[in-house]
This record gives sequence, structure tokens and C-alpha cells, in this order.
Amino acid sequence: MNEVDYIIPRNLEEVFRAVEKKKRKIKFIAGCTNVIPYMREEAISPELLIDLSSLENLDYIREENGIIAIGALTTISKLTASEIIRNQSPIIFSAASLLGNPLTRNRATIGGNLADASPAADMVPPLLALEAFVHTKRSEGEGREIFLDKFFLGPNKTVLAEDEIITHITFSKPKDSARGIYIKLGLRNSMAISVVSIALMIEMEGKVCQKARVALGAVSPTPIRVYRLEKNLEGKEIDQKSIQECSVILKEEISPISDIRASAEYRKLATSVLFKRAIQKVLNGEKT
Amino acid sequence: MMKRKMVNFKVNGELHEVLVESNALLVNVLREELGLTGTKYSCGTGQCGSCTVLVDGKPALSCLMLAVAADGADIVTIEGMAKPDGSLEPVQEAFLDHSAIQCGFCTPGMVIMGRDLLNKNSNPSESEIQEHIKGTLCRCTGYTSIVRAIKSCGK
Repeated sequence: MNEVDYIIPRNLEEVFRAVEKKKRKIKFIAGCTNVIPYMREEAISPELLIDLSSLENLDYIREENGIIAIGALTTISKLTASEIIRNQSPIIFSAASLLGNPLTRNRATIGGNLADASPAADMVPPLLALEAFVHTKRSEGEGREIFLDKFFLGPNKTVLAEDEIITHITFSKPKDSARGIYIKLGLRNSMAISVVSIALMIEMEGKVCQKARVALGAVSPTPIRVYRLEKNLEGKEIDQKSIQECSVILKEEISPISDIRASAEYRKLATSVLFKRAIQKVLNGEKT
Repeated sequence: MMKRKMVNFKVNGELHEVLVESNALLVNVLREELGLTGTKYSCGTGQCGSCTVLVDGKPALSCLMLAVAADGADIVTIEGMAKPDGSLEPVQEAFLDHSAIQCGFCTPGMVIMGRDLLNKNSNPSESEIQEHIKGTLCRCTGYTSIVRAIKSCGK
């Protein structure tokens, strides 16, 4: 690993003072589960690591007035251990249980997963399906409240400014009648970078789908909501015809690449299969 | 000139003060500065689990931690898993009883994860054990004896 300097500020003032003063290539870190591999393969070469792990009040999972808030420093393990997450947002629980492995989950943070912005990031499709917001603070001016679907610009690229950190993520608690699922397709059953992943949430009234939210990972430069698909599901019964139409829409809405894990062709096929599987499972009341 | 920092942490109950480079990995500091070679360095990318240690009570991959980030931490390595009088902890005994060790490289990580699971779930099922050791790879045993060993510690 190249030379690098390291500081661990105790509060936000120290963070922003370090950003302004040092004028070097900085990288905010927390769990480091991706940052260290990147640095060792020289994919990134920061000059100063600013460790956010000591910052207070960024590690929590709360529900208040129907809004669930998760602090950016919350580890993935804490998400899987949380009653709020397991009961109120089971698709977040699923994704957290499938991310990495039990060891990386003890260190990796939800803020880090978003800031790293891999197109295959596991926490993102469920948060997209839940229409989450990202909250930030920066040294210059006010922090922002960014709709997650507007947060990603491309592979490992977000709208975050150089001096901007994620403080927390919020989303509305889904209705009790909402059902959802997160399915991840990987090349092994642990420590797998998703080949295709899908988060699906639907609200049914009888046989009619009132609301549908569909998000995909690893099949586009960023994780995406598939609005056309959602519109094709809403306001009618979900039957073989609408599922078939959705498969066609999916192929048109995604832009997978061929890489060492899978070909674009395979991803296109797999997305369709995963979608059908997800819909079937959700309609059958299955959660995984 | 590489920046060096003084870090203080507790390892297996003893306080240590070590001068480390900012980019030094915890696994290398434990092995080379402190001579605790029970923790292994294998893949270096956090995929095999052979570098597992406990950090503030939680298993973590020491190859994915900077030593400077461990300042103030309470670390336990495999050397610290045995009881103070030197006798083995139950998971270690079970590994011996069930021949769950061949080359021994994955064993420290497996023992730490086995104990971590039993602390949370006093009688884990086979699939719960398999789930918990998902991040710890073994090339020798095929895992069955390891799972059996951990299962035998359940009550």
C-alpha cells in the first residue's frame, strides 16, 4: 500500500477543519472493508484518510413518527441484529444478511456501502425500493437531503462533494400490508459481488396491485429504480400477461455489461428470471 | 518519509504501545511486531477469514484494518482464546476431539467464529453454524468435521 496519512477526528468541526487545512487528496473511511483492498491494488491513492468512526451520534437505528432513520456509521451486523429492521423493513434485513460475510458485516457500514457506490452495492436496491433519502453535512454551507435515486452518478461515483459526508439515511416505514423481497444472484453463497440483484415491494388490495417499487443492482452503471415496470404493475391484477410484459420492459430498461462475473446476455436473462421469481415469492407470502 | 504513529491497544489482556506506519495493517503488526503468529495472513483481501481476531468483542478481519484504526481497541487473538491457566477453551477441545484440524491454517478463524456463534446462540443448528463460518475458508477438511466440532459444544 502506498504511503498515506491518517487522522481520526472526534467531531465534525475537526473533520471539516482537516478537509480545509490539508488540501490533499482525502478519503473518508469507516469500516475500510473496500477501501483497504482498493488502496492495495492501487485503484485509489488518497493522501489522507479521515476516519469517521469516532464521530458521535452517527450509529443508530430509530423509528419515529413512521420514519426509520439509520445513522451512516451503523454496521451491517447491527442492521441484521435490529428488531426495527427485521420487522419494519425486512428487505433491508435480507440485503444486510447477504452482504459480504459475517466478518465484513461487523465492520462495513451502511454509509460506506452508499458512498462506495458500487453498481452492485447490496444495501442500495432495497433502499431505492423504500424511496430512501440520504442526509449529508458539509464544511461549506448546508448539508443536503438527497433522494437516493438521484444520489448515484456512475460506477463508484456519487453526487457527494469532496467535503461532504453522509450522516444518516431515512425512509418511511412501509405499510403493514406491504410485501417485499430482496434476491441476490452471486457466484458463491458468501462474499459475492452481485451478478444481478432485485428488490421488490408491492402493496396489494385484494388481487390488484396498488403500489409497486422495483430496484435492480449490478445491471446498470448504478443501481436503478425501474419506473416503467412499476407503472406496468400498478392498478391491475398481476397475472402471466403483466409478468411477461414486465420481462420485456426489463430487458429494455437495463444496460448490463459483460465482466469477469457474467456476460451481459446472461445478466439480461437472469434479471428476467429473478424478477419472475421475486414476484412469485412475494405473491406466495415468502420473504426470501 | 512515511508518517509513523504511536498506537495503544490491549492484546489478550496486555497493554501494548507500538510505533506503526500509517498504512500498516493490523494483521502484520500483530504477527510481526507482537510475534502473535496464530493469526494468519493468507488472501490479504478479506475473503478467507484466516486473519480473524476479536476487536472489542466482535470478530473482524485484521487484514482489512489499519493498525492505527485499532488505537484504543481491546483485541483478542487465537492465542488469547485459551483459558488463563493455559487449558484450551471448549471449542478448541472439540476441534481436537472431532479431528477438525488438518493444516491448521483456518483453525484460528474457525475457533473464534465458533465461539462467537455459541456466545450468541447456545445450541446452534448445522445450518446456523455453516452460515456463521461462511467467511472462513478451509481447503483441507471439507468443513464437516468443523461443523460437527462446533455443534458438539452446543447445549
